[in-house]
Amino acid sequence: MALAKRIIPCLDVDKGRVVKGVQFVDIRDAGDPVEVARRYNEAGADEITFLDITASHEGRDTTVHTVEKIAAEVFIPLTVGGGIRELKDIRTMLNAGADKVSINSAAVSNPEFVRAASERFGAQCIVVAIDARRVSAEGEAPRWEIFTHGGRKPTGIDAVEWARKMADYGAGEILLTSMDADGTKNGFDLPLTRAVSSAVSIPVIASGGVGNLDHLADGVTEGGADAVLAASIFHFGEYSVAEAKAHMRGRGIEVRD
Amino acid sequence: MSRQQLAIIDYGMGNLHSVSSAVQHVSADTDVVITRDHEVVKNADRVIFPGVGAIRDCMAEIRKLGFDMLVQEQVQSGKPVLAICVGMQALMHRSEENGGVDCLGVIDGEVRFFSASETFQTASDAALSETGARLKVPHMGWNQVAQSITHPLWHNIESNTRFYFVHSYYVALGERGQEAGRSHYGLDFSTAAAQNNVFATQFHPEKSHAAGLQLLRNFVSWDGAQ
Repeated sequence: MALAKRIIPCLDVDKGRVVKGVQFVDIRDAGDPVEVARRYNEAGADEITFLDITASHEGRDTTVHTVEKIAAEVFIPLTVGGGIRELKDIRTMLNAGADKVSINSAAVSNPEFVRAASERFGAQCIVVAIDARRVSAEGEAPRWEIFTHGGRKPTGIDAVEWARKMADYGAGEILLTSMDADGTKNGFDLPLTRAVSSAVSIPVIASGGVGNLDHLADGVTEGGADAVLAASIFHFGEYSVAEAKAHMRGRGIEVRD
Repeated sequence: MSRQQLAIIDYGMGNLHSVSSAVQHVSADTDVVITRDHEVVKNADRVIFPGVGAIRDCMAEIRKLGFDMLVQEQVQSGKPVLAICVGMQALMHRSEENGGVDCLGVIDGEVRFFSASETFQTASDAALSETGARLKVPHMGWNQVAQSITHPLWHNIESNTRFYFVHSYYVALGERGQEAGRSHYGLDFSTAAAQNNVFATQFHPEKSHAAGLQLLRNFVSWDGAQ
């Protein structure tokens, strides 16, 4: 009897529509985040994460309404990330029904924002998203840095140190994405996941690179992650959440039925 | 069937819409109102006492709004009361969070920090050497709840079903505190408590999918007797 490791499908949402497509066999509208969230909820997802990639202000209002609709009928935790820059953005999302918000570049440009957010709303709803790239040369001791702007802009900040600092500032959870692994389908950057997970005392969600079910299990057993996040393997119907759980259970990992 | 009123006490700490929509979802004949109006709470047929965030801030708001007396009255009145998460913790005598905070003392128990427990630290060190990572705090995610007693709120829910948790402090019940459910995370601790017309959960039923909705369904039809 122990805490289950979580499986978290992630949806990219632009102006209230799911982008990068979701291909469930019998889904009515694969672009409707409410429909997709409902399906993942029924499929046994442990949480759902929404990444709002909408650039325009008007589009963001749409996202708020989407979150409201999902929260009214999906009764598992919902995290919303993307464009969270001020305390009022957090309040808006929490009021709409999000359980947690994920802060990324705003934390890098102003770490005090994380402290203020945690003090105001509680650490339980503050996720800090970290996008990291390996910067050490082959053969050197591995080292990763924080990158912003979708992994294009280096910051010179050490990823492990940054994770520690964010935990000290009151983050309740770390969403760790390897920008090297993201999109490769070759699996998580396990040394990175392990380095961060062992450095902090708060839960770590591994993200970026999942191509098969062993990758998910490896994130837990070798990366020490508390939760694993994936997008395409679920969206394109390659694997169901239930298959992922059965596989992880087969690898000796505790999961929720 | 006549409609019933359910009041969710709002003292400004966090999002109460999830609780409200979850109750609404399972009970179309319940009028759910999120309120800070004492009269609305007094006139309601049943009451939910939620809570998230730091206990010091929660207790400060509860006292400022006069909810300490209000909650005591609701407990005395015999109407069904469900306390959730920090709501459960606020019903205890005292919490060691924020350097020590006096709570409502409705249920005999105190609130302790996971990381301050030797048992927890030993288990966390063992986890570090086995898996490369410590037991993380907050205790966040789906954990099993072993039912310690038979209770109307456990109706149609199997013992050891998983519920969703997110908390860094846990309840240690005193001699007079009746445990209704128990979980394990580095140490054994009480994750549900029952006292006459009061039921309290450390987990979030409103975020616990089918099992959580069943518990809320049980709550809206509970007469307040054990």
